[in-house]
Amino acid sequence: MTMFRKVLIANRGEIALRVARTCRELGVKSVGVCSTADRDPRTLRHFDEVVHIGPPSARRSYQHIPAVIEAALKTGADAVHPGYGFLSEDPDFAEVCVESGLTFIGPDADQMAVLGDKSSARKLMRGAGLPLLPGSVEPITDAAHATRAAADIGYPVIIKAVAGGGGKGMVVVRSPEDAAISYLQARATARAVFGDDRVYLERYLDRARHVEVQVLCDGYGSGVHLGTRDCSVQRRHQKLLEEGPAPALAPTTTEAIARAAVQAALAVGYSGVGTFEFLVDAEERHYFMEINTRIQVEHPVTEAITGIDLIREQLLVAAGHPLTLTQQDIQTRGVAIECRVNGEDPDRDFVPTAGVLDRFEVPGGPFTRVDTHAFCGYTLGPHYDSLVAKVIVWAPDREQALNRMDRALTEFDISGRGVRTTIPFLQKVLADPEFRKADHSTALVDRIQAAYKEGSTCLPT
Amino acid sequence: MVGTFYRSPSQDSAPFVEVGDMVTEGQTVAIVEAMKLFNPIVTESSGVVVEVLVPDGQPVEFDQPLIRLSSSVPADTADAARAGR
Repeated sequence: MTMFRKVLIANRGEIALRVARTCRELGVKSVGVCSTADRDPRTLRHFDEVVHIGPPSARRSYQHIPAVIEAALKTGADAVHPGYGFLSEDPDFAEVCVESGLTFIGPDADQMAVLGDKSSARKLMRGAGLPLLPGSVEPITDAAHATRAAADIGYPVIIKAVAGGGGKGMVVVRSPEDAAISYLQARATARAVFGDDRVYLERYLDRARHVEVQVLCDGYGSGVHLGTRDCSVQRRHQKLLEEGPAPALAPTTTEAIARAAVQAALAVGYSGVGTFEFLVDAEERHYFMEINTRIQVEHPVTEAITGIDLIREQLLVAAGHPLTLTQQDIQTRGVAIECRVNGEDPDRDFVPTAGVLDRFEVPGGPFTRVDTHAFCGYTLGPHYDSLVAKVIVWAPDREQALNRMDRALTEFDISGRGVRTTIPFLQKVLADPEFRKADHSTALVDRIQAAYKEGSTCLPT
Repeated sequence: MVGTFYRSPSQDSAPFVEVGDMVTEGQTVAIVEAMKLFNPIVTESSGVVVEVLVPDGQPVEFDQPLIRLSSSVPADTADAARAGR
């Protein structure tokens, strides 16, 4: 069986370690890269080799294509795993890898370009038969066009950046008088954040659930789905807690969404792991939102319910192996939940906090997995995202899984001057009656936040 | 910067500096090639070249010391031109 000899992992943090672990299990050598801010042997010991690629600024290290490529060539790596974030969805990077004789572990550059662009992805997926929310397929050209399109779609609408991602640059518009100004704002944000000011409009669902499908395709015409995940627990469109399979959906709905995703992936000749995101409304109608052409933060949820190592499958497919899994081989079992422990202050609108972790103890126990790059003495810095650890639990049913997650969160002991984490907030989510009943929507976090703020400002008289 | 260290501007030319040469601050003393781009390496201070730490044509990484200089100011400690500074 042909496999890579050495893989360079073009990332940092927990995902770099996650990839290195599977490499080691497969007998593949791993090369880690680090910026000056990440030169700690307690993290770097997970790699077989390490290259120091640049200063703390991500633009000059983890996102700097020449440094990453030269590191791969210097160490004789034959493939590059991009992780998530940084260069993982950059078609130029995928192309430069191939031009440099390196296998890019992901879809090819052309596919990434077409599917990463929200506008062309919507057009393509509509063609492949996926239902879309009412909206503009072509980018909106001016304020008058925006107002007209919003009236056609019906309020509320959401304005999204064509090049968008990570929940940035989205604006909800509830009435015609706000349409023009919101449109201009959204374009300015899109230009500043993504360097591309094209935006489009979509119907906004107030009470929707975010349901996504994990797919895996081999590029030879075979593809499977690995079930669904619900990621409705979000603040400002960024996920805090994910679970799988998506709860409280009729099996026929889940099956329809999952099948549609695989068919659409195969229709475009997709290769590798990918995630199809949908919005599901109260009547269980589903609408395609976007595709992520990379491994996702929440992939361990799927690993826990399917027993499949997604990074291993990703490496096998990238090395040219046809899929050996069939849809029948994939049976999901029980319920898995992931919580993202971020170094953020939930009481100050999740502002990132920085500092040294004087204490850092993680949970253990049955069916409890913790993916982290942090350690006691780790500096939570301003240079990168605020994810400190992911904790994933599995249980035979949702009730037990929720209790197990609450227990796991209790076992964390993280402290340091100035450091706050999302743990207390996550525990509020787990205790929320609506969430316990799986009756929640993407509005959950705002509601809990609002209730909490009200409670904390009402002093007893 | 990560790339390949070269002591001379091209294959046939003489090295930028040899051990014992006097250099001034900002002088080009080597090249690091990254993805076919030649990036000049300049000294951070004036001094005398004491040692070239990396063989010609060798890959180097960010912040790696390349050339050791002794400062012309007496009794000062050695300084180095580093990749990527």
